[in-house]
Amino acid sequence: MKSNGANSAQPVLPLPKCPTGIRGLDEITRGGLPKGRPTLICGGAGCGKTLFGVEFLVRGATRFGEAGVLMSFEETEGELIANVGSLGFDLGGLVRKKKIALDYVHIEASEIQENGEYDLEGLFVRLNHAIDSIGAKRVVLDTLEALFSGLKNESILRSELRRLFGWLKAKGVTTVITAERGRDQLTRNGLEEYVSDCVILLEHPLNDQIATRNLRVVKYRGSLHGTNEFPFLIGGDGISVLPITSLGLNHKISAERIATGIPRLDAMLSGRGFFRGSSILLTGTPGTGKTIVAANFANAACQRGERTLFFSFEESPNQIIRNMHSIGLRLDPYVKRGILRFHSARPSLYGLEMHLATMFKEIEKFKPLVVIIDPITSLMDVGTSSECRGMVTRLVDYLKAGQVTTLFTSLTHGGHSLHQSEAAMSSLMDSWLLLQDVEGNGEHNRVLYVLKARGMAHSNQVREFLISNRGIDLVDAYIGPSGVLTGSARAAQAAREKAEALASKQDAARRKRELERKGAVLERKISGLRSEHEAGAEELLQIDTQVGKRTRLLNTERTELGRLRQADSKPAPRRKAKNAKESP
Amino acid sequence: MKRKTADRPLVPQRPKLWQLRLYVTDQTPKSQVAFSNLKKICEIHLKGRYRLKVIDLLKHPHLAKGDQILAIPTLVRKLPNPIRTIIGNLSDFDRVLIGLDLRATSGRD
Repeated sequence: MKSNGANSAQPVLPLPKCPTGIRGLDEITRGGLPKGRPTLICGGAGCGKTLFGVEFLVRGATRFGEAGVLMSFEETEGELIANVGSLGFDLGGLVRKKKIALDYVHIEASEIQENGEYDLEGLFVRLNHAIDSIGAKRVVLDTLEALFSGLKNESILRSELRRLFGWLKAKGVTTVITAERGRDQLTRNGLEEYVSDCVILLEHPLNDQIATRNLRVVKYRGSLHGTNEFPFLIGGDGISVLPITSLGLNHKISAERIATGIPRLDAMLSGRGFFRGSSILLTGTPGTGKTIVAANFANAACQRGERTLFFSFEESPNQIIRNMHSIGLRLDPYVKRGILRFHSARPSLYGLEMHLATMFKEIEKFKPLVVIIDPITSLMDVGTSSECRGMVTRLVDYLKAGQVTTLFTSLTHGGHSLHQSEAAMSSLMDSWLLLQDVEGNGEHNRVLYVLKARGMAHSNQVREFLISNRGIDLVDAYIGPSGVLTGSARAAQAAREKAEALASKQDAARRKRELERKGAVLERKISGLRSEHEAGAEELLQIDTQVGKRTRLLNTERTELGRLRQADSKPAPRRKAKNAKESP
Repeated sequence: MKRKTADRPLVPQRPKLWQLRLYVTDQTPKSQVAFSNLKKICEIHLKGRYRLKVIDLLKHPHLAKGDQILAIPTLVRKLPNPIRTIIGNLSDFDRVLIGLDLRATSGRD
């Protein structure tokens, strides 16, 4: 019984670990807490120390077949069972099944008088009895520091604590000791002095009125561990730590393409839309129609019969449905059929990690193929940008692992730092569409272009983005010497070109008519000349005939004369004369 | 040791039975000292109207929980009410008397 820590020297070559079963923690610590050694969990009030301990025991009992002892200095057995019952831990049942032993140590300074020397052998006896009664491998002491307020003789206490940790190590149980965070040290009473193997710090800092839970492995002797601060949350099924690094870059990928719901946009993306399972970022200044594009995408997914989950952090579901109705999108039938589901929440409702947990839970429950987050930037207000980036990374990782196509909309302000502000997030995204507001001619017009689309040939053209009550239309913007023309300028340009075309057409017609007329004149002239020419020819003929006739007549007369004169008969030359009808 | 106070005999107004429990482990020196100190006090102040039960926690570890025993040795006054707990080897007789409310009783005489 009275063993010392000195004989607990064990070979420490490959550090054996004791899995906690707490989601994410075993990944950070690469296997769990140091087996057979004490681990210190420190943190302020309400940061989840007790729950950490309880979950360590419950998971051990239910998942790893290791019984555990919980020695509580703060909460009674009944309180503990009731408190963790709300998180789905059946502590009472485990106690009845002898998987977990609870021991509430009541210590109240006013009820105890100290008189002379003592030691804490009573505590040892109780702990030993509890461990042996169920063959426990895990022990949680929550929180040992109650001893400091209950007992006045600190020198005895400290030497006994040192003996306790030595004894626990010798006993070979993996121990979790919780302790209150001190002002300028890890624990208020310097317990870290005794527990040097593994120290985990839980924090609950308040940033801009929003609290986020963080977990950090401060120290882990003899093991590699994640050193970052990891957000963790206490959900309906216990603690989950959300390590950014939990998933490697080894998602399954799909070559399947899915339509965006805007045919012209599909055309810009080499004709077939986005890749399934890719993440798409849609950025735009206020009022550029991000939600509309998102709703179109959702509509297209629903038409294909794919379950779609729409996270909205700005509008209520009914508002989105009403607004989309105004541009001819009917989303409510899909909601009724259960294909489309809206989840609306105010960003400031709770902390970032809670949002993330809620989203994970919704996604797990609904199992969507398409997820829309509108807008992701609303969540940025909840945390710092690095936190948000971490969150988006985890979300993207999670969704990609599940082959879920995700559309994030992102609200940007002003034009100048547009690319910069999104650069951090864009590296996570496979496609990036930009909606922009172009001012000119005293009006604002929307343009859309594809900034990037990994793995597909995409259009580099700026398209004008028209929203009418029939839906979205993408129109070629005019690109001329004065830049991109949109809106009425584009319309004016079109009208001008049309007028010009009409004018030139009319001009051609006119010239054609003129030429025709000239031709006709010439034709007439030609026919006049011809008739003149014919008249001349006729006259010529007549002259000929007359001459012939006269000659014949002459000949006849001469012949007659000759006959009359009894001249030698010479045959008259036979002439074929035409009848001369009229004279000119 | 303030023997003077401890030596003064007490004459009780109403004799009633005191129930005392001393939790020890084995025969450790601290436990032995506590037992002899307690015996001395009881013999002087509570002669004939006390019942002292010495519990060895090594033999009966399950009994530790009932009286919320942490430290060894621990003296628990079960009766009269309220329950009083004194931890240590009881070397300071004066304070033991205060702790057990024996002082108040003696003052009334």
